[in-house]
Amino acid sequence: MRHVISLLLENEAGALSRVSGLFSARAYNIESLTVAPTEDASMSRMTIITRGSDDVVEQITKQLNKLVEVVKVVDLSESGHLERELMLAKVRAVGKDREEMKRMADIFRGNIIDVTDSSYVVELTGNSGKLDAFLGAIDASLILETVRTGVCGIGRGDRILKI
Amino acid sequence: MVLSGAEIVVRCLQEEKVEYVFGYPGGAVLYIYDELFKQEKVRHVLVRHEQGAVHAADGYARSTDRVGVALVTSGPGVTNAVTGIATAYCDSSPVVVISGQVPTAAIGQDAFQEVDTVGITRPCVKHNFLVKDVREIAPTLKKAFYLAKSGRPGPVVVDIPKDVSAKKCEYAYPKSIAMRSYNPVTKGHQGQIRKAVQLLLDAKRPMVYSGGGVILSEAAEALTRLVRSLGCPVTNTLMGLGGYPGTDGQFLGMPGMHGTYEANMAMQYCDVLLAIGARFDDRVIGDPADFARVARKIIHVDIDPSSISKRVKVDVPIVGSVSSVLEDMLKLLDENPQRPDAAALEPWWKQIAEWRGRDCLAYDRDAPVIKPQFVVEKLYEVTGGDAFVTTDVGQHQMWAAQFYKFDKPRHWVTSGGLGTMGFGLPAAMGVRIAHPDAQVACVTGESSIQMCIQELSTCKQYRLPIKIVNLNNRYLGMVRQWQQLFHGNRYAESYMDALPDFARLAEAYGHVGMRIDKPGDVEGALREAFKRRKDLVFLDFQTDQTENVYPMVKGGKGLTDMILSSEDL
Repeated sequence: MRHVISLLLENEAGALSRVSGLFSARAYNIESLTVAPTEDASMSRMTIITRGSDDVVEQITKQLNKLVEVVKVVDLSESGHLERELMLAKVRAVGKDREEMKRMADIFRGNIIDVTDSSYVVELTGNSGKLDAFLGAIDASLILETVRTGVCGIGRGDRILKI
Repeated sequence: MVLSGAEIVVRCLQEEKVEYVFGYPGGAVLYIYDELFKQEKVRHVLVRHEQGAVHAADGYARSTDRVGVALVTSGPGVTNAVTGIATAYCDSSPVVVISGQVPTAAIGQDAFQEVDTVGITRPCVKHNFLVKDVREIAPTLKKAFYLAKSGRPGPVVVDIPKDVSAKKCEYAYPKSIAMRSYNPVTKGHQGQIRKAVQLLLDAKRPMVYSGGGVILSEAAEALTRLVRSLGCPVTNTLMGLGGYPGTDGQFLGMPGMHGTYEANMAMQYCDVLLAIGARFDDRVIGDPADFARVARKIIHVDIDPSSISKRVKVDVPIVGSVSSVLEDMLKLLDENPQRPDAAALEPWWKQIAEWRGRDCLAYDRDAPVIKPQFVVEKLYEVTGGDAFVTTDVGQHQMWAAQFYKFDKPRHWVTSGGLGTMGFGLPAAMGVRIAHPDAQVACVTGESSIQMCIQELSTCKQYRLPIKIVNLNNRYLGMVRQWQQLFHGNRYAESYMDALPDFARLAEAYGHVGMRIDKPGDVEGALREAFKRRKDLVFLDFQTDQTENVYPMVKGGKGLTDMILSSEDL
């Protein structure tokens, strides 16, 4: 099962390596990991996408909680939540492909944020499936490079992760 | 007042009432050593290898209820200490290791004696710190001591760059510490505790399985009261020995791979199992699937939530400190008019008596060679069961655990989780320093003892009259046993050739050495050794080369699948 684990941790040097080290030391799967400071600069928020049985994910959350610098851990996928990922895709845009690429970006509600006479950079946000779908929809030979942030997640409604 | 970083370190140690620091100097800690030199409150014990420093601090911590402290230099000082740190980590021992680091400006420059201490030790510490600002030394050390001792204890490393120990700042030791990210639970959930007590009272075949948590939580006395009032059998894990009196009739011995037949059978066939401060590890329950095949209710008390339902699904999880939960249980038992089911306990004890009748620890008492079990039995007799016993790792460790009966906690000091050969002698130093009038024995083997034998020199310098009981079978005994059982008698590299004459080696270090070849001389030698109250005596017992540790549960097998003697092979 895929799980979205969200955590608050002290914004200190080395905190990230404690988390990533835990995953590798205990052979837990890690699909993506994003981290950045929160509105409270002393704290960072991390979203980890992992896969594992319920037992394994229970251990993951317990082990994360055990890290001294981790303040709070929730498994967002236990109930309603939102996931978003940002992708920047540099694509070839010449000739008839130029118009087609613009159309595809519009259909996926992407923005073209850089233009040259032969390429676009398309900015696209959404859940991972949507980003995959965009890449599937365009001609693979036109993709020059892509970069994705990994997923960040938040609970719906009253579910708030804060101290 | 304005003090240097090094002065602050020493002040903090004084504030924490640290009596002894086990360490080894080097470039990056020179300022700290200079300050240690100028005062007398914190005494320093100079070991001969940093691994020994951490083991000694660990032995000191385990045999007391205090934090052990080690001080090492950067680079190789730290890497040598890592085995000691990992040993303390695996057995949840409260140790603070202060390490020197190259100056801040040199970090990352591949400087002389530079290693990434925080990086190297990260997976084997409870927490670690790199102190980059002299003003952070005092609060960091305060945190380090608090973290090491609270919750599930463990080692904490504080890495201090040389320039930080030289710089000055205003000093004040924090009175208290609050960490928003670290608040270990101590009090157990009352509803769950109530449920647990009811289960135990209703049980037909109750069983208590306790581990190192009982020792760490200073809860041996509470555990003893609980087990007595329940009238049920109890087993102590390797880490938990001494948590319940080993000579008591309700004690079934140790469980697990080399546990007793009766303890393992009772673990498997009880109907309610109370696991307290123990973690169902692979050496205790064998195959978790086999363990789970029997329907029984399991209550699990542990201060570490991640220990619960890790390897075995439990019915009543209770997160809390062992001592607090036990006191709550005792109170509920007192208030409850219901008594344990005497009619059910009778056949249960009858069953246990039958299991005990197998006499699973029997060995050949008429052998012409010295049996290692016999040596441990005699050690027990000669010391009146009152000694502190440390061990190394292997067959001798199991025999010591099986045959020395511990009635009190903190008298048994062994490397359980990591299984570190070389632990015994330095740990015994820490124990003896903490208990300057006590009898301290290090039960070891000819292979283990050589892993930290340099500490004989430390023992001489500080006049530590440890009795080293060397069960010398000229083999890496446990390796040989596995090779005999599982590798077709091919004894690959397990024969210890070219052994030194240990008695003379001990003499070379300025100690007393004895070599004992005959069973008839065992007791006399031990008596003579313990009579020499001021001397370290190295007793080199030439033991049976082919003796195996039984009972034995093969790795990966179920608990009840035991080899009881060589006849079962």
